[in-house]
Amino acid sequence: MTSVLYDAQGPRAKRRNILYTVVFLAALAALVWWVYSALDEKNQLDWALWKPYLGGGTEAYSTYIWPGLQNTLEAAALSMLLALPLGAVLGIARLSDHVWVRVPAAVVVEFFRAIPVLVLMIFGLALFAQYTDVSSDDRPFYAVVTGLVLYNASVLAEIVRAGILSLPKGQSEAAMAIGLRKGQVMRTILLPQAVTAMLPAIVSQLVVIVKDTALGGAVLTFPELLASANTMSAYYGANTIASFTIVAVIYLIINFSLTTFASWLEGRLRRRKKSTGAVLSVDDTAGIPGHAGTGTSA
Amino acid sequence: MFDFLDDYDVLGAFWTTVQLTLLSAVGSLIWGTLLAAMRVGPVPLMRGFGTAYVNIVRNIPLTVIILFSSLGLHDTLGISLGAGDIVDKANFRLAVLGLIVYTSAFVCEAIRSGINTVPVGQAEAARAIGLNFTQVLFLVVLPQAFRAAVGPLANVLIALTKNTTVAAAIGVAEAALLMKDMVEKEAQLLLISAIIAFGFCCLTLPTGLILGWVGKKVAVKR
Repeated sequence: MTSVLYDAQGPRAKRRNILYTVVFLAALAALVWWVYSALDEKNQLDWALWKPYLGGGTEAYSTYIWPGLQNTLEAAALSMLLALPLGAVLGIARLSDHVWVRVPAAVVVEFFRAIPVLVLMIFGLALFAQYTDVSSDDRPFYAVVTGLVLYNASVLAEIVRAGILSLPKGQSEAAMAIGLRKGQVMRTILLPQAVTAMLPAIVSQLVVIVKDTALGGAVLTFPELLASANTMSAYYGANTIASFTIVAVIYLIINFSLTTFASWLEGRLRRRKKSTGAVLSVDDTAGIPGHAGTGTSA
Repeated sequence: MFDFLDDYDVLGAFWTTVQLTLLSAVGSLIWGTLLAAMRVGPVPLMRGFGTAYVNIVRNIPLTVIILFSSLGLHDTLGISLGAGDIVDKANFRLAVLGLIVYTSAFVCEAIRSGINTVPVGQAEAARAIGLNFTQVLFLVVLPQAFRAAVGPLANVLIALTKNTTVAAAIGVAEAALLMKDMVEKEAQLLLISAIIAFGFCCLTLPTGLILGWVGKKVAVKR
């Protein structure tokens, strides 16, 4: 599609493009040089600061990064497991024929989507501190999971709803024509197909959850991956830049694999001939108000 | 019941949230549009840069970016964006910088999805009358793409409004930090949460409704 914006290039356009490339390359090089000299000036490129991560030793990984990563993944996985059924119930409730089911579900979904997930986490932390006897060590974990479940259940509710609505109308009509009841139509006909259709969107929602766990580390003292960067830079002699770079790269690898997996899944489902052809694209979630695709929140 | 509110500047905190949102919105709209132009342009190096930027930034938590701008850029490298020694001011500016860096990747994707809705014939006709790439893009394609992108951009703006709370991680005195402060000191958890939640609903719900309406209004009928 994009190539339609410009013509096949003749000699003049080619020369001009080379000129642009050179200018852009120079700008990039200047940027890289500026970053390099800024780092160098503050001695942030000293090998001693990078050695714990790149020097072949595994101490930094086994003592700080891996436990942090475990907490991150644990919180993300648990949140997803709890949010999925809750989201499915809310999503189906929004499609109910009864106003008194549909409207409350819609209010709940819209409310929790309108509020930042950090606010929900802070609320969860205080809630557990004041009304339960969860030990103060476990509270941040509970609070992070609570916040993520409340927020993502409402986002997943919209994904479920969009997944069911994306199915051709003939599916439920045919099911009703052979005499299935409403509940049976939903359970045996619509949901199984919708789940397949929305798998890519669910996987890409995992990226959002993984990214949001970092809030717990930064604000709630939840000892996850990002928090381990702080601990490490204190321990290894103020190597903030090196620690953050390593942590960022780990997040990047996890989330990039998830994103790639989601697109692969989407392509596979689209190519499949057996299904109704309904696939909720990874980008379709961007159509949900207040939700910017894979990057809703932090 | 509401007496304790006298000790806290709730409106001031939300005003900071609004400021963070608006400044970052303008910045990321500009940088995001440039990125989108790079991604659809004829220069391979710029296309590669745009793609790499979006894929990298989208997959790193905003919290990491904002915390890095404070601990890395400010504390380690001494970059304060012209705020000098005033830490609050520097943190505010660094938070805006982090939000722009992050949000522009999503703005870029929203605009690209808008560009994809413009029929091929529009660009072909523009090229047929002899316009070059810049003219095709800025005179014909982008004006239509922006109108189609209002919906997706509204979603990005709402997400951005909620994302400003991440600035609490580096001590910018916005709504989430105030809430944290309040629930630690006062015993009115539900009331405080209701006030903060109400504030965010007031910011995000109307944005969605108004921009949704605008989006329908300006959409090119095809």
